[in-house]
Amino acid sequence: MKKTYNNKAWFFVLPVFIMVAFNALVPLMTVVNYSVQETFGDNVFTWSGVQWFSDTLTSDRFHAALLRQLEFSAIVLAIEIPLGLFIALNMPKKGFWVPVCLVLMSLPLLIPWNVVGAIWNIMALPDLGLLGRAINSLGIPYNYTRQPYSAWFTLVLMDVWHWTSLVTLLCYAGLVSIPDAYYQAAKIDGARPWAVFRYIQLPKLRHVMTIAVLLRFMDSFMIYTEPQVMTGGGPGSSTTFLSLDLVKTAIGQFDLGPAAAMSLIYFLIILVISWLFYTLMMRNEEA
Amino acid sequence: MTLELQAITRREGTATYIYETSQVFQPGTFNVLLGATRSGKTTLMQVMAGIQKPSTGRILHNGKDVTQTAVQKRNVSMVYQQFINYPMLSVYENIASPLRVAGIAEVDIKQRVGKVAELLRLTPMLQRRPSELSGGQQQRTAIARAVVKDSDLIFLDEPLANLDYKLREELREELPKLFAGRNAIVFYATTEPHEALLFGGNTATLHEGRIVQYGPTAEVYRQPNSLLSARVFSDPPINVLHVEKRGGTLTLGSDIKWKAAGPIASLSDGTYEMGLRPHHVLPTSAREKDTQLSGQVLVTEISGSESVVHFDVHGRTWVSQAAGVHPLKVGDIAHFKADLAHSIFFTPQGQRVL
Repeated sequence: MKKTYNNKAWFFVLPVFIMVAFNALVPLMTVVNYSVQETFGDNVFTWSGVQWFSDTLTSDRFHAALLRQLEFSAIVLAIEIPLGLFIALNMPKKGFWVPVCLVLMSLPLLIPWNVVGAIWNIMALPDLGLLGRAINSLGIPYNYTRQPYSAWFTLVLMDVWHWTSLVTLLCYAGLVSIPDAYYQAAKIDGARPWAVFRYIQLPKLRHVMTIAVLLRFMDSFMIYTEPQVMTGGGPGSSTTFLSLDLVKTAIGQFDLGPAAAMSLIYFLIILVISWLFYTLMMRNEEA
Repeated sequence: MTLELQAITRREGTATYIYETSQVFQPGTFNVLLGATRSGKTTLMQVMAGIQKPSTGRILHNGKDVTQTAVQKRNVSMVYQQFINYPMLSVYENIASPLRVAGIAEVDIKQRVGKVAELLRLTPMLQRRPSELSGGQQQRTAIARAVVKDSDLIFLDEPLANLDYKLREELREELPKLFAGRNAIVFYATTEPHEALLFGGNTATLHEGRIVQYGPTAEVYRQPNSLLSARVFSDPPINVLHVEKRGGTLTLGSDIKWKAAGPIASLSDGTYEMGLRPHHVLPTSAREKDTQLSGQVLVTEISGSESVVHFDVHGRTWVSQAAGVHPLKVGDIAHFKADLAHSIFFTPQGQRVL
């Protein structure tokens, strides 16, 4: 008997394909296109090969921005992940306070990035802002538009304030999904709270924590709005992270070729680090 | 090492999980807690273990009041329906964990874990992680953890419910052997009457937060003290009929009349609830004179070794359970005979009278 093929199914995939093409493939290919050409006005393009890539990879400015970016992500992760987990562990698991805590924790997540930047910008003003004045009145010189360490401190604090909740909520979801019987079994054994954390909660949270680290890494590595609103990358170039550097190159200097090459390198760095991390975390899992 | 419950109750807010219960359990016994879901089996176990505190009443362990003693000081172990093991530890470390907490010497730990692993056929898996084991092996590991530490009280809360049929049968066979010769009091919660019968030992029938009856399993099954106990301990469900006894006649419903013979004849006249287990209602081709039932077949479940037939007699559903295959067609009129010698009589309030 002749087998009939029904190719209608492809039509159902088509809308998704078109959407992905328009919001991912086409823009990406445009960037690839720019990255291998020299751009002049009047739509004049000339082939330049891997020139922009080698320029970017050997540029001190790029190295400095990348290092800044890595430092920022490392600091932010080192604070937000343990802190978020700690808060989740101490949140009530049942009763009246659960919804209250959940709403309170979600609040920072509901605020748009540029608003977060603006709030902290005003709050950290050394002469008017609540935070800025308070720190200065303690005798610690603090001025985020003049001192790099103040600017960094403010940005890290802002990111922690904004995003620790996300880690908390993810960990909390993981924690409440651990069956009660595990805690009972540990209690019967006479296990200490530390052992419960080490041998039950932490292993059971492994998947959500992996996701939390990935999300926070990717997001913090791409941070743009907050430093842009706060200091515009200053003072000097002390908070010019990769994304800010990229925008300066692309929009400020209108160097489309180098900017495109930089974007692709930037994208690959995130991809590789995320992939490495995920693979490392999951290597002991069997399917 | 007896365990004595003195008028314990367990309430949370307005909900009562355990109504006032008093009971003594002897050492070296295997006690099945039999009851439907939400009958209070788990709560009762947790109160006895000390995981939950009773709202009122006292718990005596070997004569000593342990009501306020923390669970880790009571030397109990528990196995759950879910397979609860430490995910990051090897099977060996999992089994050894209660011994390590107790501070037992490494040599002894090795020897005891080895012995228990041998008994539960886990020896080849000792170095693996729980996630690398089958469900049956994971539960064996949990059981090994429970028996390795020589607890005074061992609680098994529906431990076989999440296993497939074959593994369940296998473990069911091994479990009593594990506890034989020990001085521990073992509790085993289940919803399945035939599991209680397989294990023997003692059975407590539970219904809505109360122990309805407690005693040797066979006795509880044969001599239920009440209609409730009989209903809990019967699968398929026991046939219960409202009957009226007048002189030598037994009237079922409005029209079926049977002869009241033997001990039934000695019952005083009045109305009763009569219980008749399904395997005492058997299909027959011949027309019985005294205890004849004819009705329309509603459902048949044939497992090969037995046939369960639900049939309708004047609007009342009866259940018959007979050995072998009885290919009755749904919708047909079939004939059954009831074995009245095995009937149980209760007062309208449900108290056993015969």
